Amino acid sequence: MDWSWLVPLPVVLPLSGAGLTLALYRKPSLQRVVSVVTLVLVLLAAGGLLVLADRGPLTVEVGGWATPVGIGLVADRLSALMLTVSAAVVLCVLVYSLAQGLAGEQFAPVSVFHPTYLVLVAGVANAFLSGDLFNVYVGFEILLAASYVLITLGGTRERLRAGSIYVVVALVSSVLFLTAIAGVYAATGTLNLAQLAQRLGDVDPTVRLVLQVMLLAAFAVKSAVFPLSAWLPDSYPTAPAPVTAVFAGLLTKVGIYAMIRTQSLLFPGGAVDDWLMVLALLTMVVGILGAVAQDDIKRLLSFTLVSHIGFMVFGLALGSDAGWTASIYYVVHHITVQTALFLVAGLVERYGGTLSLSRLGGLARVAPVVAVLFFVPAMNLAGIPPMSGFLGKVGLLQAGVAAGTPLAWTLVVGSVLTSLLTLYALVKAWNKAFWQEPPAGMPTRRVPRAMVGATSALVAFSLLLTAAAGPLYAYAGRAAVALRERTPYIAAVLPEGSRGAGESADVADDEGTAGRLVTGGAG
Amino acid sequence: MIAPNLTLLVAVAVLVAAGVYLLLERSLSRVVIGAVLVSNGVNLLILVAGGAAGRPPIVGQSDEPMSDPLPQAMVLTAIVITLGLTAFLLAMAYRTWQLEGHDEVQDDVEDRRIALLAARDRRAMADADAEGEATLDEEAELAHDETAAGGLARRAD
Repeated sequence: MDWSWLVPLPVVLPLSGAGLTLALYRKPSLQRVVSVVTLVLVLLAAGGLLVLADRGPLTVEVGGWATPVGIGLVADRLSALMLTVSAAVVLCVLVYSLAQGLAGEQFAPVSVFHPTYLVLVAGVANAFLSGDLFNVYVGFEILLAASYVLITLGGTRERLRAGSIYVVVALVSSVLFLTAIAGVYAATGTLNLAQLAQRLGDVDPTVRLVLQVMLLAAFAVKSAVFPLSAWLPDSYPTAPAPVTAVFAGLLTKVGIYAMIRTQSLLFPGGAVDDWLMVLALLTMVVGILGAVAQDDIKRLLSFTLVSHIGFMVFGLALGSDAGWTASIYYVVHHITVQTALFLVAGLVERYGGTLSLSRLGGLARVAPVVAVLFFVPAMNLAGIPPMSGFLGKVGLLQAGVAAGTPLAWTLVVGSVLTSLLTLYALVKAWNKAFWQEPPAGMPTRRVPRAMVGATSALVAFSLLLTAAAGPLYAYAGRAAVALRERTPYIAAVLPEGSRGAGESADVADDEGTAGRLVTGGAG
Repeated sequence: MIAPNLTLLVAVAVLVAAGVYLLLERSLSRVVIGAVLVSNGVNLLILVAGGAAGRPPIVGQSDEPMSDPLPQAMVLTAIVITLGLTAFLLAMAYRTWQLEGHDEVQDDVEDRRIALLAARDRRAMADADAEGEATLDEEAELAHDETAAGGLARRAD
């Protein structure tokens, strides 16, 4: 049976849901139902893709137009894995934010929140599934436009200050991406990822290097790799807790995904791997030093987010199957754990009325459940065995040791050091916020059950990643091997050698600009 | 490969250079204009990437190679995206002006805190004999104090 109709669903469903919730802006209860149902369906579709993609990539040619001319959506193992984890995470965050909204906290005009949130999900799914570089750009723009609205929700002074920095930085990175796309198109005459994989090999190596660096720079801004990461810890913490959580979990990972995809498919050979290693090290160390110095929990978590992006770039830069496997597993682990931590930060803020570590204290007695919910993902992030963070880090360290170069060894040492500093920063936060006597005048408020429930679900999911680490790691391994081979992806997208199976006029020959199109020839 | 049109390339360079200059300004309105200029510069670049102008646009009209429609489709998409983002940035600039009475992008909270601490340290450590101009940190402390406390005190709305 042909299951390829599942592929566009993660994009189409949230977009339709967004339209519906926008039309229902006067009926918040219906909006809630529509959003939850939509995201449950997306999760089911993504889960289906996860199983099916293990047999080989599924492709859909949008509108039935043959691939290099039309736009294709491709779900291979990497995309499907990212999609499933994201779908699970966004569903948890939605339930959390609904509970928060129902509890009367004025964090958002709810009527705007639902459509925007669903558009964000559609953008993320589109970026993961797209088989076309320009469509990746469109996916980025969809999710960024939604994120602009979410980060400035309510239009308060502090959010506008943070939001203006965020928007301008994101805009510059998009312009950089677009410039790179223009360059790629001028050099190859196509933007289809599979066809680019075939053609970029013939491009002059210097030109190829320029294109590679430009794309990497654009993605590095989005995923907050060190010299381009300064915007993140300043802009994320001001947004409402669920928004920060979903941003931290997903938006940077979309950048990492784009890096993995382009590095493996378009630019094999690792021409800039050594530079990426250096950047990974700097990202880890500078990020975690920032976290150590913070007093505000959300800012602290934002800095650990930057720091742990370094781990994923490290795995990518190793360029080996083992490195990529560990990197993919680490992305999955980090999406869940980082999101869970930000959700817990929201709970802490609700209980204690503040996020400042120096004004919190004794929460473990007041709210033991929240204390456990913070402790588990915090230890997971720091890499305490036997949790998924430990497994991901061990995978990275093994891959680094196997590479054996002096640079890789430096990275191995650097990542162990970063893990220890992460532990230090999080234990410090734990001690200050959850232990000690509560400072005088710290208000304690009730927290809705569903908020705690959604956070617990996400923490349980992160523990599930540990329990299911064997099959999951093997899956990531198969994804990494397919990425290195490249042929499964290319063959799935272009089954007839140079074109897809859909309908179109004959495909332009080598030079897209000089080709002469002839009508007819339906596939 | 056809040689690209020099005029267009120069136009791209001018637009992007002017845009980058404006993006580095503090006022959000100028940043908006800068963003528009940069985006349009890049849109033009995509058009240049599509090859020389003047070829027939419709299939089957003549035997000449026809012009490539793809960059035009991409530029249209990019223009629409830019339009939306410009509108959003303008709204943000207006809202900032409503709240603050100006539309300047403010310093990172952390930057300000560190500049303040550094300036305090310096004063504490200052030698009675030492004199001279203000240090960079002190200037940073003075430069933008429409921040948290200052801003709130000035306009409480």
